[in-house]
Amino acid sequence: MTRSLASRTVSHAAIILFCVIAVFPFYWMLTTAMKPREDIFLFPPLLFPQHFDFGSFPLVFELMPMAKAYWNSVQVAVLTTVGTVFTSALAAYAFAKIPFKGSGFVFGAFLSTLMIPFTIIMIPLYLVFSKMHWIDTLNPLIVPTVLINAYGVFLLKQFMMGVPSAYVESAKIDGAHHFSIFWRIMMPLCKPALITLGLFTFIGKWNEFVGPLIFLNSEDHFTIPLIIASFQGVYTIEWGLLMSAATVAVIPIMVLYLLTQKYYIEGITLSGVKG
Amino acid sequence: MSKRKSKLGASDNIWGYLFITPQIVGLLAFTLFPVATSVYLCFLQWDFTSQAEFVGLENFNTIFQEELFTKSIVNTFLIVLGVVPLTVLVSLALALLTTGKMRGLAVYKSALFLPMVTSSAAVILVWYWIYAPEIGLLNYFLEQLGIGGPQWLTETFWARAAIVLMLTWQGMGYYYIIFLAGLKGIPHDYYEAANIDGASAFQKFFKITLPLLSPTTFFIVVTMLISGFNAFQEPFILTKGGPNFSTYNIVMYVYDLAFRYFRMGEAAVVSVVMVLIIGIVTYIQFRFSKRWVTYLD
Repeated sequence: MTRSLASRTVSHAAIILFCVIAVFPFYWMLTTAMKPREDIFLFPPLLFPQHFDFGSFPLVFELMPMAKAYWNSVQVAVLTTVGTVFTSALAAYAFAKIPFKGSGFVFGAFLSTLMIPFTIIMIPLYLVFSKMHWIDTLNPLIVPTVLINAYGVFLLKQFMMGVPSAYVESAKIDGAHHFSIFWRIMMPLCKPALITLGLFTFIGKWNEFVGPLIFLNSEDHFTIPLIIASFQGVYTIEWGLLMSAATVAVIPIMVLYLLTQKYYIEGITLSGVKG
Repeated sequence: MSKRKSKLGASDNIWGYLFITPQIVGLLAFTLFPVATSVYLCFLQWDFTSQAEFVGLENFNTIFQEELFTKSIVNTFLIVLGVVPLTVLVSLALALLTTGKMRGLAVYKSALFLPMVTSSAAVILVWYWIYAPEIGLLNYFLEQLGIGGPQWLTETFWARAAIVLMLTWQGMGYYYIIFLAGLKGIPHDYYEAANIDGASAFQKFFKITLPLLSPTTFFIVVTMLISGFNAFQEPFILTKGGPNFSTYNIVMYVYDLAFRYFRMGEAAVVSVVMVLIIGIVTYIQFRFSKRWVTYLD
């Protein structure tokens, strides 16, 4: 399709406007975090910082157990990601490449749970975890996601269906069993999809709010989003502090996203349109 | 031959079940069992500490008469009905403008998608400030344009609007990318044939693009409705459900009933009602979809 110069200019202008809208809150967060206190409350606001003051960053770590929250969030995100990618890949391989009895029905059952919201399962989960003495530990945030990830199974199955069955069949004729085919042939071939699912899980877990809100009680066990929310309760209008805390919380995810965005956007297209 | 085949089949069955075991355990223990328990809890009166008591349909009676029950459902619908059309409009318009080859598209995509990736409590805090009435940035910008900004977050209508705008901001990049992929999937021959017939841009849009994009639009509307019903942290952090419960939605209601007032039975009733509403709305969409969704094959 060829476009006229005018129509191209309009397109660029429109999308740039929305990109600015998309990015602006982050810009505002970062610059506010770096402004000295007296510049933050200026009105009209200073869109471009004129003096820099990084003093509120160390303060964030002093006033709240931010370092602890970081460590908690890292544990939850890493353990969940590794676990759920593995179990989802196993199940996806079975659904995509092993013609076992009842496979269609069971896969249908998985798909149907995609629509079940967390709201209807959170109360029973709370009851079960309190019986197991798991409340105020990180286990309730890790174990369920490792063991059930219908979305992950679906995403990886879609991808594995695209891998020619001849790979599996010829390895089978050579006497390989399914686990070695899965581990040595399928997993390396599925790397992009595995990375995509890993990123989705990691970022989803890093941002998770309701689960930690329900299952965690003491500040020492809080993950980052909870610390941020409790920060808001205490330092209501200390904008410099709040924005520094927000920056500290968002930066790792932003960096991770900028390094890996290719997988992200491909992943959405794969799961979205085929869905 | 047939003997060998059946033997292979048996080993396939064993491997298959072995491979799905971890996920099946999770499906049963962390999805199906909790759902069944929630349904059962609907008929119990229980404050989590004392002995649970079977009360039949009493929880339904109590909760249906509570003002907040209706209010939270209405609020949920109002917010979803704001977010869905607005997001579809923005993301579809952007996708239409940028379809085909375009310079800098990769950069645009990643900028637009950034809000979705960082949809966390931290970013909602930034919005909290953007909406602040006296020193907020949004009203400052509006003032520059000669518009007197409203009291975001403290007036009923504008608090809902604030949530709608923020959710649209969050989702637009994600749905934009899906729309873009959908547009890419429309075969080029259709447009070439239309060009030969001398169709106008207007005709091409309404006769080719919109109908052939309808499966994508349908997928997007269904997904967005479900995620809109589940929104929790946005109202929880931005408005705490206020002012005067105008942004208080079903999920917040379930959360409060269960974890603030320990009315487990009633909380379960509301959560079941929520799932039923989502189910019904989705079912209606699928029924209704036959009238407007065109599949190529």
